[in-house]
Amino acid sequence: MGHLSAALLLSVAQLSVHRVSVPEGRFAPLFGLEAKQRDLPVARFELDVRPVSRASFNRFLAAMPVWRRDRIATQLAEERYLASFERLSPGMPVVEVSYFAARAYCAWAGGRLPTTLEWEYAAAADETRRDASLSPDFAQRILDWYAAPSSLEALDGTGSPGNVYGVEALHGLIWEWTEDFNAQLAMSDSRQSGERNTNFTCGGGSNGSARREDYAAFMRYALRASLTPRATLTNLGFRCAAKGPS
Amino acid sequence: MLLPFILALAAAALPEESAQLTEPPLVPPVITRTTPAMVTVNLEVIEKVMQLADGVDYMFWTFGGTVPGRFIRVREGDTVEFWLANNPNNKLPHNIDLHAVTGPGGGAASSFTAPGHKSKFSFQVLNPGLYVYHCATAPVGMHIANGMYGLIYVQPKKALPKVDHEYYVMQGDFYTDADFGVKGLQPFSMRRAIDERPSYVVFNGSALSLVGDKALSAKVGETIRLFVGNGGPNMVSSFHVIGEIFDHVYTEGGSRAQDNLQTTLIPAGGSAIIEFSLNTDGTYLLVDHSIFRAFNKGALAQLKVDGASNKAVYSGKELDTTYLGDESVATSLKASTSRQAPQAVVANDGRSLFTRNCSMCHQPEGQGLAGVFPPLANSDFLNEMANHRRGEFVQFVLRGKTGKITVNSVDYNGVMTPVAGLDDAKLATVMTWVSNTWGNKAPPYTESEVKALREALPATPSTVGGHE
Repeated sequence: MGHLSAALLLSVAQLSVHRVSVPEGRFAPLFGLEAKQRDLPVARFELDVRPVSRASFNRFLAAMPVWRRDRIATQLAEERYLASFERLSPGMPVVEVSYFAARAYCAWAGGRLPTTLEWEYAAAADETRRDASLSPDFAQRILDWYAAPSSLEALDGTGSPGNVYGVEALHGLIWEWTEDFNAQLAMSDSRQSGERNTNFTCGGGSNGSARREDYAAFMRYALRASLTPRATLTNLGFRCAAKGPS
Repeated sequence: MLLPFILALAAAALPEESAQLTEPPLVPPVITRTTPAMVTVNLEVIEKVMQLADGVDYMFWTFGGTVPGRFIRVREGDTVEFWLANNPNNKLPHNIDLHAVTGPGGGAASSFTAPGHKSKFSFQVLNPGLYVYHCATAPVGMHIANGMYGLIYVQPKKALPKVDHEYYVMQGDFYTDADFGVKGLQPFSMRRAIDERPSYVVFNGSALSLVGDKALSAKVGETIRLFVGNGGPNMVSSFHVIGEIFDHVYTEGGSRAQDNLQTTLIPAGGSAIIEFSLNTDGTYLLVDHSIFRAFNKGALAQLKVDGASNKAVYSGKELDTTYLGDESVATSLKASTSRQAPQAVVANDGRSLFTRNCSMCHQPEGQGLAGVFPPLANSDFLNEMANHRRGEFVQFVLRGKTGKITVNSVDYNGVMTPVAGLDDAKLATVMTWVSNTWGNKAPPYTESEVKALREALPATPSTVGGHE
């Protein structure tokens, strides 16, 4: 038992080296119909430099066997859970993980999943700017990834280079879970008017979006909206965050 | 409590069948049932790279692996159980909005599906007609621009009259940063899509989908019905078939036909059912008569009609004679340029003759249109002829050419119409210019050589008749 705790502490220590601090700021998320939603404060937080790797997740499975593919409760993940795990190389990001598993991992590793606001705030930055989300070249780079075929081999990529905060691969490698991925309650086709969810609209309705031209963000929100917590996609992984020092 | 029970009972009483879906340009067979059925439709969303034009690849998002998606045929009054599967290797969630559905969103909200999942919903087809279906997941425009559309035909209770062929053709506009024809994998350009400046406007997802060996086909004396849709996302189609008059058009896919139309407007997200009979042989071109799209952006398909020529309907060229009005202009043009060096005169005349007589098919810089019109620029075929089979080149120009040829490793199987109205001197000029421009190299043709080669051509029916 003591041996296990030591191993645990060691792995947490290793992981924490790969986490950076993202300074506080303000951010306009994709959907904000009211003025007060278009300029939200973001508190300082910590974020993993890269998505959780297969090697890291394997340590988690060793420590918490209840999350292994052959043990996991069906309520916590779909059939595809970790189906390709054995074929991933150690440095590849872990994929085919459910929301429940991702959350459990982050708690084990001494953190939590980032909120959608935190994730989007960090992901709006490129190598030189804190908010590059509306710059055409930045948007096009992300769209090019969305247009590239998905494959196991593609998980070997590096993803987007370190941005101004030092966070890597927020784009160009995998989709990532967020803590409140389904908070938007955005249906696919939210063209219905008069219902509670008029944010995620198509056609003329997309005027509700604060950033109509941010197609890349549209696609991330659409992807998140399509998920259930049990979902295990071949290109969906996660990274962890933690509260910043106050 | 009673109403749902009755509905459930009614649905249970329907005979069940699985819809037979077809890839474009094919259409499922006519439904011969006379009573409603419960029809199951299984459609899978697949994101895959395919050819948009010759050497141009594009990441398409598809309903069933083709653009447009599978053709769905059901009968008025049927109940449809619709399964939408999203391939596990896809990157994005998708859904489907069928214009044939009566209900909020046309099924979109009920069919929103993550990669590696499938959804089911049911609907009754209340109205007959030809309807577009498309993906309606945000960003909707992008999903449609990447090819996510197709047609569902709700056959009326009284089916349309039997025809010999039914075909499925659907127009769509595509947006890449690079202009038409730039080779390689071309990513979607959000900017061009928002600006509504397509680099490609094509039928059935590719500039090459319905040309050459893949052309639509029929025989003289047959009747044809085209189920034509327009996926957009932006462009409205001025749909036209060069050399045909539409006998009946069910405009916008509705229930009433208009007769004797030349061009019919097909809105983005709309359709038309077009019927005509084939009276004489030849290759007919399906185009968007917003015509730059046909010749510069790919909106061109072929319908090849085999069989006997009907000379009463269309004679072919009967007479070619000198028209002095045109000649006098040409003479004065020649006089005004006669002070230039002789070589320059030849070059100028060569280009202007080429522009007037050849460029509408072979394109302004002789680059051709892949799979449709062979290139003259850097053409192995042309160089071979002009250097080694000089009489055959004269024959091509004066008699035209029908049948398969291979130019720079690409096969062409179209029809070149004869070039008319050029005397031997002009023929020599334009043929010399073409065979010594754009990287081509061959000895010049002289007027006397062309005259001799022309006289040596084999006899044809029109020359046997004798106008000369």
